[in-house]
Amino acid sequence: MNTHPTEPLAALALPRGPRTSLRSITAIAATTLLAGSLAACGSDTKKDESTTLTVYAASSLKTVFEQLATEFEADHKGVKLSFNFAGSSDLVAQIQQGAPADVFASADTKNMQKLIGTALAPAAFATNTLEIAVPTDNPAHVRTLADLTTKGVQLVTCAPEVPCGAAAATVETNAKLDWKPVSEEQSVADVLGKVEAGDADAGLVYVTDVKAAGDKVVGIEIPGKVNAVNTYPIAALDGSKNADLAAAWVALVTGAEGQKVLAAAGFGKA
Amino acid sequence: MRTGEPSVPRWAWVPAAAGGLLVLLPLVALLAKVPWSDFGGLVTSESARVALWLSLRTAAASTLLCLLLGTPMALVLARSSFRGLGLLRAGVLVPLVLPPVVGGIALLATFGRRGLMGHALEVAGVQVAFSTIAVVLAQTFVALPFLVTSLEGALRTAGRRYESVAASLGARPTRVLFRVTLPLVLPGLVSGAVLAFARALGEFGATITFAGSLQGVTRTLPLEIYLQREVDPDAAVALSVLLMAVAVVIIVVARRDRSAW
Amino acid sequence: MSGALQVELDVADRDVRLALRIEPGETVALLGPNGAGKSTLLGVVAGALRDGASRVALGDRSLADGTTWVAPYDRGIGLLAQDALLFPHLSVAANVAFGPQAHGVRRAEARRLAEAWLERVGCTDLRRRKPGQLSGGQAQRVAIARALAADPAVLLLDEPMAALDVDARPALRQLLREVLRDRTAVIATHDVLDALLLADRVVVLEGGRVVEDGPTTEVLARPRSAFAARVAGLNLVAGQWASGVLVGERSVSGSAHDGLVDGDDAVAAFRPSAVSVYAEAPAGSPRNAWPVTVTAIEPSADQIRVLAGRLSALVTPQAAAELRLAPGSEVVFVVKANEVEIYPR
Repeated sequence: MNTHPTEPLAALALPRGPRTSLRSITAIAATTLLAGSLAACGSDTKKDESTTLTVYAASSLKTVFEQLATEFEADHKGVKLSFNFAGSSDLVAQIQQGAPADVFASADTKNMQKLIGTALAPAAFATNTLEIAVPTDNPAHVRTLADLTTKGVQLVTCAPEVPCGAAAATVETNAKLDWKPVSEEQSVADVLGKVEAGDADAGLVYVTDVKAAGDKVVGIEIPGKVNAVNTYPIAALDGSKNADLAAAWVALVTGAEGQKVLAAAGFGKA
Repeated sequence: MRTGEPSVPRWAWVPAAAGGLLVLLPLVALLAKVPWSDFGGLVTSESARVALWLSLRTAAASTLLCLLLGTPMALVLARSSFRGLGLLRAGVLVPLVLPPVVGGIALLATFGRRGLMGHALEVAGVQVAFSTIAVVLAQTFVALPFLVTSLEGALRTAGRRYESVAASLGARPTRVLFRVTLPLVLPGLVSGAVLAFARALGEFGATITFAGSLQGVTRTLPLEIYLQREVDPDAAVALSVLLMAVAVVIIVVARRDRSAW
Repeated sequence: MSGALQVELDVADRDVRLALRIEPGETVALLGPNGAGKSTLLGVVAGALRDGASRVALGDRSLADGTTWVAPYDRGIGLLAQDALLFPHLSVAANVAFGPQAHGVRRAEARRLAEAWLERVGCTDLRRRKPGQLSGGQAQRVAIARALAADPAVLLLDEPMAALDVDARPALRQLLREVLRDRTAVIATHDVLDALLLADRVVVLEGGRVVEDGPTTEVLARPRSAFAARVAGLNLVAGQWASGVLVGERSVSGSAHDGLVDGDDAVAAFRPSAVSVYAEAPAGSPRNAWPVTVTAIEPSADQIRVLAGRLSALVTPQAAAELRLAPGSEVVFVVKANEVEIYPR
């Protein structure tokens, strides 16, 4: 391992001429950067003792997946799970740039579709619906969707550009309401944060988020006929070096055990 | 005129070039990604124009606020001595190392409805959260240390000798400040203000955490870029280039003013 | 005139303890080695140093004592430092007008005052320049105009010529001589010529104490303290100016200061190191060759000081040995005319 970092040093000492051209300096610098990054990559992947399965998953799946990971690692000796939880579109961008993911679980089908060709046979494994989250003391006395349009009620939603915002827009249309949010946030976490802090009187977030927030917020159900349903697909990724393990993880999530844990977290059936 | 002997050791060019590349290559790469054929349309879309205008307004307001608050702060730090001054200086610099998101959380805890000052503000009829004021506060919070450190350094370098002379001529402290001290440190003040403006213009984390995101009210250009990334990565790149261009123009203009001075 | 300046210094952490009274219109030279307390004294008077145990009063107005503290800007005490410290962003005229404006004089009137002072110091044609475009001597002239335009009751001068070229000093000294006449001023200096030509009175400080205090000519001619003896080792010959020669105890030729007129009281000054000692008058009849009787011989650093009445010469030990110098020796002191400066008194 130590040979890598020494090479650039040797290269540094090379140009002894009276005038070092910019080009050679550039080349050396590029070599330095490259060698540095290679060395960094090398240290990550070369742990031969155990196999690592890398799973990219939507943030809302964190609790569920971490719980399932314990089980999975117990069943597969010598296998370690490595998670990357983030917004689905961030993850898609990373995968498209060649990030070494074995499995991808998205919070919506739209983002999974961006990976056509890379994602192998995506399967829907859960659904999520929206709920109104209010601070524990519910200062604006919000009880129904219609209350969200009351003047003075500080409503926070996700921006229509992100999945939870698109879902909120669907609810708005279905319920034939027209609300004026004081903020259209980037992510569910941002919405939830503002409700928890009490700065927002109400926020539209996923059922699972309300559950995960525990007693920091109170959830108010949205009637099923106007609610938006988000479908979560999961897929093993083409090019995975651990295709079997990837398939096994997908199977666990879509199987009975996975469904039980998902249901407990508030997810609906796919 | 050029100096005869180069004073930079030759080896220093190598890490300097590496550092330059580290900064410039990503910018070049970004430029290469710009869909130039659509560029005009992407950067003149309504949401982009609204976000740019909001960014320019709020960054200008934040810079002004930084000048109004930061100049006296730098004066106190550079010119007075009392117990706890060192601690105060360290405290003022904290936003430099604090992740902006944490800054946003801290601002919420202060100016939010249930924050430290929330009740007082509500009584006064001021609503900070989700308003443009919140954006300005968040930007000022992260930009202030840039102005304060830059100006404090300039004040220390300038020393107090001119101020003593001015006092011996009968000038009161306020006159000394405006007629002698500030003109003397003007270059430091300008560069501090430019840094603060640039930082305010690029502010993202504290804004999204504290101020929220609503077109025309709190969604500044960086927030717009982050949001556009969700649906239209090309637009995000184009807007990033727009933000870069604005920053470069401001720095160049400020530099030219300074050399003229 | 606002009465005498009275200073009682008791600065424990710098070990400075002294009392001084300067009469209205009097110019006092502060002499003393570095660290003797000159800067402390000026600092306390100007208000740059604050010390509870020190007292400063101007006439019957207390500027600083146990209970009073008058801020520097309110003291009416002007400062002239080694460096001119002209405000670099203001023109020469604006620099000079700064003081009057600070005192509430209207802009036009302040400009007029500035013009008058610039004329007084001979810098009228520099009024539009920025300080960066001035020579050291010009800048110090403007600084003098600026300090005086503020109409201070007392002017403090801290080594005002130390940073100037030797060539620029005589002219500036002459200017100071003119403007300090009848003005209450304290001038800290290393240069005995400053004391000689600018001050009515010399105060010598050593180790934070006043070790000598008296009329300038008296202190310089008969120094009692070690420091005064060293600096005042300068040879001084007083007399009258007559046809290009100073006539006094001896006739002395030298570079005369501008403006000397026959009959003026004058003083010739030259350093002991400029004096050569001969057994007999050398050939070529130098203009300044005086037969003297050696009164004393004493070591001075790695040289020998040869005293002959009020004159002294510095020679190498070898030269002293070759000449067999001893008290009572008859020798000739020779000084080149260009080593002698003659000033009006």
